Amino acid sequence: MKQSVTLSSKVDTAKSTLGATLARLTARVHSRRSLRTRSRKQWVILSGKGGTGKTTVTAALAHLAAREHQLVLADADVDAANLELLLSPTVVEEHEYVDGKVAAIDPQLCTGCGECAEVCRFGAIVAEGLNYRVDPTACGGCAACRYHCPAKAISMVDSPTGRWFRSETKLGPLFHARLYAGQESSGRLVTQVKQNARLLATEVGADLLLIDGPPGIGCPVIAATSGANLAILVAEPSVSGVHDLERILSTTRHFGVPAVVCVNKADINPAQTAQVKALCATQQVPLVGAIPFDTTVVEAMVHRQPVTQYRSSPAAVALQALWRDLEPWLEAETEQGPDRHAGRHV
Amino acid sequence: MIVAIASGKGGTGKTLLATGLAQVLAADGLATVHLLDCDVEEPNDHLFLSPTLTRKEEVSILVPKIDLARCTFCGRCAQVCTFHALAVVQKKVLTFPQLCHGCGSCARQCASGAISEEPMRMGQLEAGDAGKIHFAQGLMDVGQAMATPVIRRLKQWAIPREAEGDPLVLLDSPPGNACSVVETLRGSDFALLVTEPTPFGLHDLEIAVELARGELKLPVGVVVNRDGVGDHGVDDFCARAGVPILLRIPLDRRIAEAYSAGALWVDAIPEYREPLRRLYREVQAQIGGGQ
Amino acid sequence: MRIVVTANDPDLEAPVNPLFGRCELFMFVDTDTMAFEAAENPAIGSAHGAGIQAAQFIVEQGAQAVLTGQVGPNAFDVLQAAQVSVYTLPNGATVRQAVEAFLEGRLQKTNVANGPQGGGHGGRSASARP
Repeated sequence: MKQSVTLSSKVDTAKSTLGATLARLTARVHSRRSLRTRSRKQWVILSGKGGTGKTTVTAALAHLAAREHQLVLADADVDAANLELLLSPTVVEEHEYVDGKVAAIDPQLCTGCGECAEVCRFGAIVAEGLNYRVDPTACGGCAACRYHCPAKAISMVDSPTGRWFRSETKLGPLFHARLYAGQESSGRLVTQVKQNARLLATEVGADLLLIDGPPGIGCPVIAATSGANLAILVAEPSVSGVHDLERILSTTRHFGVPAVVCVNKADINPAQTAQVKALCATQQVPLVGAIPFDTTVVEAMVHRQPVTQYRSSPAAVALQALWRDLEPWLEAETEQGPDRHAGRHV
Repeated sequence: MIVAIASGKGGTGKTLLATGLAQVLAADGLATVHLLDCDVEEPNDHLFLSPTLTRKEEVSILVPKIDLARCTFCGRCAQVCTFHALAVVQKKVLTFPQLCHGCGSCARQCASGAISEEPMRMGQLEAGDAGKIHFAQGLMDVGQAMATPVIRRLKQWAIPREAEGDPLVLLDSPPGNACSVVETLRGSDFALLVTEPTPFGLHDLEIAVELARGELKLPVGVVVNRDGVGDHGVDDFCARAGVPILLRIPLDRRIAEAYSAGALWVDAIPEYREPLRRLYREVQAQIGGGQ
Repeated sequence: MRIVVTANDPDLEAPVNPLFGRCELFMFVDTDTMAFEAAENPAIGSAHGAGIQAAQFIVEQGAQAVLTGQVGPNAFDVLQAAQVSVYTLPNGATVRQAVEAFLEGRLQKTNVANGPQGGGHGGRSASARP
């Protein structure tokens, strides 16, 4: 084959740090690979409502799953990343993520005509003395002002979004990030974390990519959920919790991701737990677990460990049962999961 | 006076505090209270207050509509779109409204006048009274990605501009420390950060303080909810950082029970009303005292 | 014909990169002469609409077919509008293996997007207006 290599643009031909690491990891993990047949899965833990226990559940499932399966972990809650607090990670790789730009007006060139403020639909341009100034916390980087400015006084400058990390933990590699406070682009940083986690998971043939998701239903959640085989929704048995569960369920359905529900602190309001169960029945969503309120959860958090380290605690016992019910989903060959009748219903 | 209630970590008690404060201050006639539920992805305030919602308005952004008769397929619209919401290939123009931020650049920069803009619905605003509270909320449509336009519109729509006296506007913020929180906090007079005394609460509070105080230059005060449940990390941090702790709500099962049943805690357990009045006076003093 | 393979290294023996919008490089191959050239993916740093940007780029570069792992719905719409065929490869194939498989007619054309929506903004693309 005749070949020629021409580079139409400058390309860094050195293998990326990630690439080199992948090679080492692949060699190391071959010996640990499970012999069971499996298909590679991506699960995301969501809730809608904040504070229902996503991170607690993610860390526990990771702890239990890692005994027999090869995992990659990702914390997609990039502006309030808590999973690392339970896994004692060692950061191996760190990257600055600069995405998007914000507008900047050169005061020397600005003529004070105010056209920029007219076209800005985000309230990001304010008058300052005789000139105009961009509020970087409001600017979304659309560049409408830059295209419009008659004096060509506006340029787009890099807006550092955050940092993302690859760390090693006892349960597997962990991808996580820290969004610089108030940044516009948490969804994009989530995508960055997840894509890198997925790339590694694919390269090493991990059985499961487990993603700790953010609260809400908007773009960070959508970014965390895209490509998932299963969404595990952690529900709170309260009027608010049921309301919010309904919206996150609508969201996962909208994006075509199958969901299962588990109720956390299930015993604090049996009437509301029954509401969760009824909602699941109406929506034909499996209810796969119920975790009782247990002060061990906070104790484990204070000691920086998954609560399943406290094996006989009520929460740990319930989480072990939850994992047993979820494990068939890991083996399932189809997107629909295992036989719907399998798994315990509360 | 505009007080935003945020947290960093989810589930710490923002809605608890916002609804409690609103109810106590309005019922006692201590202020003309406007409560805005800015958690447009998962608004909960209405569940506790049962407002009569009389005003409604749709929120939309303007997305491009291409007149193919005028289009020359030059591709300039796709070039200027920062969000790649347009693609021009051969004699076709594709638009991706879900990526559109509604900035209007494509329409403005088209040399052939081939692009007009049409509204794309993102959500809904609703307002009405709950007792003496003037209540408003935003509700982002399921499947939409961006909460910030809905929050921005909600604040424009519901925060009184010209008003007699000095009404108290309470903004119940979404969880986290990202753009929807910034949108809520921007322009406020004070940020009240609700946290729980645990490592998760502390970790996220530190970011929230940086966001409110550092980025947005707002005075900040902390409310510790479920005091006693975890460790002293939050207390230590607040002392080091010079952030005042303005209220401690103890770990009280009765609050959890009222909350989970959808009942207003300050009605179920009236002993908490006076601490909330005190909190309001503390916040007023903090703002009055300047930074 | 001119085809493109998504990759990370400008090396025929390196594996294909399965993610269309996020690969580091595009390897353009002329199937008549077997000459190839590598171009950096301009969408790699972009978070919004990376797939769309990548698709537009390879269309502009004259690609008539794409050999890759996963293409999300937005990118797929652009490629389909430009009549660029998409052939899906299993993981682990090298660039060389991909091209050989294509030339031997062993690859299946994809008719639907098979990758997830990226960038956090979902993929409800409007079709081109009549």
